[in-house]
Amino acid sequence: MAAGAQSASLDDISTRPGRDTIVSSIVRWTFISLSLLFLAALLFAPLATVFVMAFEKGWRAYVQSFADPDTAAAIRLTLITALVVVPINTVFGLAASWAMAKFEFRGKSFLITLIDLPLAVSPVISGMVYVLLFGLHGWFGVWLQEHDISVIFALPGIILATMFVTFPYVARELIPLMQQLGNDEEEAAITLGAGGWITFFRVTLPKVRWGLVYGVILCNARAMGEFGAVSVVSGHIRGLTNTMPLHIEILYNEYNFVGAFAVASLLTLLAVATLVVKTLVERTGYRRR
Amino acid sequence: MAAIRQPSVLPGFGLTFGFTTFFLSAVVLLPLAALVLMAASMTWHDFVHVVFSARAMGSYRLSFGASFLAASINLVFGFIIAWTLVRYEFPGRKLIDALIDMPFALPTAVSGIALTTVFAENGWIGQYLQPLGIKVAYTWIGVTVALTLIGLPFAVRSVQPALLEVQRDLEDAAETLGAGRLYVFRRIILPTVLPALLTGFTLAFARAVGEYGSVIFIAGNLPMKTEITPLLIVIRLEEFDYKGAAALGFVMLVISFVVLLMINLLQAWGRRRIVAGAR
Repeated sequence: MAAGAQSASLDDISTRPGRDTIVSSIVRWTFISLSLLFLAALLFAPLATVFVMAFEKGWRAYVQSFADPDTAAAIRLTLITALVVVPINTVFGLAASWAMAKFEFRGKSFLITLIDLPLAVSPVISGMVYVLLFGLHGWFGVWLQEHDISVIFALPGIILATMFVTFPYVARELIPLMQQLGNDEEEAAITLGAGGWITFFRVTLPKVRWGLVYGVILCNARAMGEFGAVSVVSGHIRGLTNTMPLHIEILYNEYNFVGAFAVASLLTLLAVATLVVKTLVERTGYRRR
Repeated sequence: MAAIRQPSVLPGFGLTFGFTTFFLSAVVLLPLAALVLMAASMTWHDFVHVVFSARAMGSYRLSFGASFLAASINLVFGFIIAWTLVRYEFPGRKLIDALIDMPFALPTAVSGIALTTVFAENGWIGQYLQPLGIKVAYTWIGVTVALTLIGLPFAVRSVQPALLEVQRDLEDAAETLGAGRLYVFRRIILPTVLPALLTGFTLAFARAVGEYGSVIFIAGNLPMKTEITPLLIVIRLEEFDYKGAAALGFVMLVISFVVLLMINLLQAWGRRRIVAGAR
């Protein structure tokens, strides 16, 4: 039933007979205008503001704001964090989805709920848990200090907090996809003598590639843009532990609006690029459940 | 292992299951346990003192009140936008459909400073609200605006697939038999999308309660007035009051679990209804 209803309602939008009464067109235009007004105030205006403010003093001021060494350091730190976190969470997502989708075992749905847990937790808590573990007054604070290892207010803390926040993104995309696609091809490959790794790389990976791309870009967008969790563990040391979102906060609070919105414009472009890739992936027929 | 797992010809269960549970424990579960332990190491008296302090109560009122209001706004506009996208054809529909996910992809710090600029007294929208006596930025209204933006994709994306499920032939049949549009809406459309509407509301609420980045720019961050609970946790951490922070974090964690449970129940309810409808 679902498939039929879906394709029918997509095809015949506004072409159904007997619907062109005055009342129905008033309703239609009310709905469309309400939607557009709401989105214009809440979404389009802020998006436009980012670029208007970034270019308020012209192109040269915009470009020059990236010459600031602290801004460059923030961009570098954000890239390093994403480069570490995204591959690790991708490997985790692949392992988790293989375990969850290929096998039946007790407690599976509970495990899937646990994997999704970071999505339900406030970003502030995601950062705080590491402060409680590794901060000066945390469980391992004294030991770490004695051994001269810094986790909090340093790169490891930023990476851990980002990893926590982006932990489920690849897994939650791949688990339902793999479950839906089934195991027939994999079982055939194994029965015919292919090894586990060959089966994974030659059969499974091509099957789920669009879901993987989808999960990875969402994971990356969140990793680069995370504010709350990273803010708690970073210590906000300019040029050292400031990621791009944290640097935006510092510049904004210093009333350096061109600088703040210039960095913000980069992150906005990243978000736009993420949505473009997402739309392209969906055009291949991959649909999120 | 063999006892709890059904046999399969596929290899790699030990490796992937082991890696998954190990990594899950190391990154998520043990750190969360550290928080619970930290809160549990307090005496009951201290815990109650922190959790029910006037400042904490003020922050709950704002966090939960504004989140509830924002989720309610999203319930209404999420339905209107989803309906518009599913039922009507107009120029730019596909673009707007894609842009609905923007608040999800946009870093919260960016939406925070951008919303504050738009709704400030001299901002694009703020300047028209100012003469009406409505102050948005640095008040609870600003907090609600930011939380509404954050929750919007959750509301729209929950309702959209449910609206596609509505059987158009049932609507046609009802109209042929003389039912008015409002009657059709109340008796056919609303029952089909109700679980999805409530799921969207709960998801938007859950996201809003924990939100930090976009709120702290537009809120005035005044204790008791415009201070959200996550901000109070950050302030406690900066004072090195780890136990106080953990206690507040524990309260939020418990509420997240309750909301998560509600979402699961709502989705199960929605699935049952769709299955029942197909029969």
